[in-house]
Amino acid sequence: MALLEVEDLAVTFQRKGTAPVHAVDGVSFTVAEGQVVGLVGESGCGKSVTSLALMGLLAKRGVKVGGKALFDGNDLLTMPGSTLRDMRGSEMAMIFQDPLSSLNPVIPIGLQVTEVLKRHRGMKGEPAEKEAADLLDRVGIPDPRRRLKEYPHQLSGGMRQRALIAMAVACRPRLLIADEPTTALDVTIQAQILELLKELVAQQGTALIMITHDLGVVAGLCDEINVMYAGRVVEGAARRPLFASPTHPYSVGLLGSIPRLDAPRGEKLKPIPGSVRDNIAWADGCAFAPRCAHRTDECLDGPPALVQTYTGHAYRCVNPVTGDEVEAVTAAATLPAPSIVDATTDSDGEA
Amino acid sequence: MSAKTDRIDRLAELTARKDEGGHGLWYEAFRRLRRNPLAMTGAVIILLFVLIAILAPWLAPHDPAAQTWLGEIRGAEGFIPGPRSGNWLGVDGLGRDELSRLIIGSRQSLLVGVVATLLGFTAGAILGGLSGAFLGMFGKAGRWVDSILMRFNDMALAVPSLLLAISVATILGQGLVTVMIAVGVTQIPVFARLLRGSMLAQSHSDYVLASTALGVRKRRIVLNHILPNSMSPVLVQATLSLATAIIEAAGLSFLGLGGANAANPEWGVMLADSQQYLATNLRLAVYPAVAIIITALGFTLLGEAMREALDPKLRK
Repeated sequence: MALLEVEDLAVTFQRKGTAPVHAVDGVSFTVAEGQVVGLVGESGCGKSVTSLALMGLLAKRGVKVGGKALFDGNDLLTMPGSTLRDMRGSEMAMIFQDPLSSLNPVIPIGLQVTEVLKRHRGMKGEPAEKEAADLLDRVGIPDPRRRLKEYPHQLSGGMRQRALIAMAVACRPRLLIADEPTTALDVTIQAQILELLKELVAQQGTALIMITHDLGVVAGLCDEINVMYAGRVVEGAARRPLFASPTHPYSVGLLGSIPRLDAPRGEKLKPIPGSVRDNIAWADGCAFAPRCAHRTDECLDGPPALVQTYTGHAYRCVNPVTGDEVEAVTAAATLPAPSIVDATTDSDGEA
Repeated sequence: MSAKTDRIDRLAELTARKDEGGHGLWYEAFRRLRRNPLAMTGAVIILLFVLIAILAPWLAPHDPAAQTWLGEIRGAEGFIPGPRSGNWLGVDGLGRDELSRLIIGSRQSLLVGVVATLLGFTAGAILGGLSGAFLGMFGKAGRWVDSILMRFNDMALAVPSLLLAISVATILGQGLVTVMIAVGVTQIPVFARLLRGSMLAQSHSDYVLASTALGVRKRRIVLNHILPNSMSPVLVQATLSLATAIIEAAGLSFLGLGGANAANPEWGVMLADSQQYLATNLRLAVYPAVAIIITALGFTLLGEAMREALDPKLRK
């Protein structure tokens, strides 16, 4: 059984006087121990809201959360607040996008790390200090004893993110959610952080949900990938099939928009036309239809059903992209971005 | 070769010295303050003012209440002598040495300013801190408590501060303590509002979300994370309030609520006394006025510079 089973997760923001916003609309996926699952999509597709809903970090007022999220058989969404608080940090933890603002600027790193140890493992004094130093050492921060006394603004961006990762894994959580952990970092540091996350997953058997808009990150790290659009998963597959044969026009567009090293000089990037705001309600048809080059009249007949193929590929499209059309863009997908750690080797055969 | 090893040794030494650990927000802010000429101007003014106030009895050339030499120096009716060798700033309408009165007067201004601001700061911070803590810790019930506290606070804010001070002074009677309390009370709602607002803003910050995601308890988040981060605007306000408090204290004394007697001069009282000579001896009004302005300016300069130094947006 998978560690986390998300079933029909729905998050609706309601405010008096305005139409409710369906930020997440029937999202289902599973994460097993030691597995890395990617949630991919552009800003506003609901990937961050999904993670906050799982952690129980959404505001109570004006938010309706539906569906199920079974963590080891217990539903995170209906769990009493105190149980959930005890689980946060010990059973599941989260890494955020901006490492500077996610650390308290006025207290030293050491206190922030030991705080977690104190809360969940009852450690204090010298043993807690030592454990904190060990943790920093484990995530690759040199001279950890000295760093413990320093303040966030004295650390480099990469080191801050390492410190946050150290805090997140301090109690060896079984589930780790990383919400765009590399967005605020430069490319070389990105690769290092991804490598670190990969190691932690391998060593500790942690389940990792990787939330990102960077397909390069996904290609280097994830086992399973869910592409989200307007609050729904529009395509889900293992890494290889997704990069080799993307089916949903949105996935194809995402892959096609990645800059390529082997592109002819002067060739323009191919963005997906329009913006994420140009969508229609899922009830009226495919939300991506207004931006889709593959649109047919059927697209507006109602919400497209999720199609499962025998290979485990799932997509939500009435007029999927097939064969030759994909050929052109997948060439790009094999060499996504310079931040890839091992995507090139992984997908060589598929090019 | 030895030069080279020397340099390596020195490098090693420098690296070793760095081991002292981190520098906090306040250390960095202080360093920035030291490099800011305006802040230093303010600090020097304040330092001078404090020194003068402390050393006043030894600095004052004359007894501020003595008017024994009135007969000698005062010639034609209504003439008040200006600066002369014995009295550098001349004498006031009763023949008392103006400089001595200014110097002694600084003590009361400083005392009233500091005590009143401390009072306002403490009471305001407790009120605002409670409000913010309730809001952050106790959900719906906390919001209720916060609402009630803040509505009372809003009422207090709506009353003009001088009017509030006069009312307090009327209730408590004249005197130095009255002025302190009166000025202090008018500051309370300002501090309360500021701290609560600051805490509210901090509670939406990323590091609070991050700590919540790590399971840190609400009480700990409020006390260890939100509160320390909310203090800097309040401390800046305290510095700026010192300036306002000094002006307000002078205002209350000017209106005759200060209870300053002849032996215990005060800048506001001196200003009030000088009114009757305004047409003929403007300088008697100018001296205390300038003294008030300069001290207030000193605190304002330092306060503004502190605000800049503590602003996280300007921090590298």
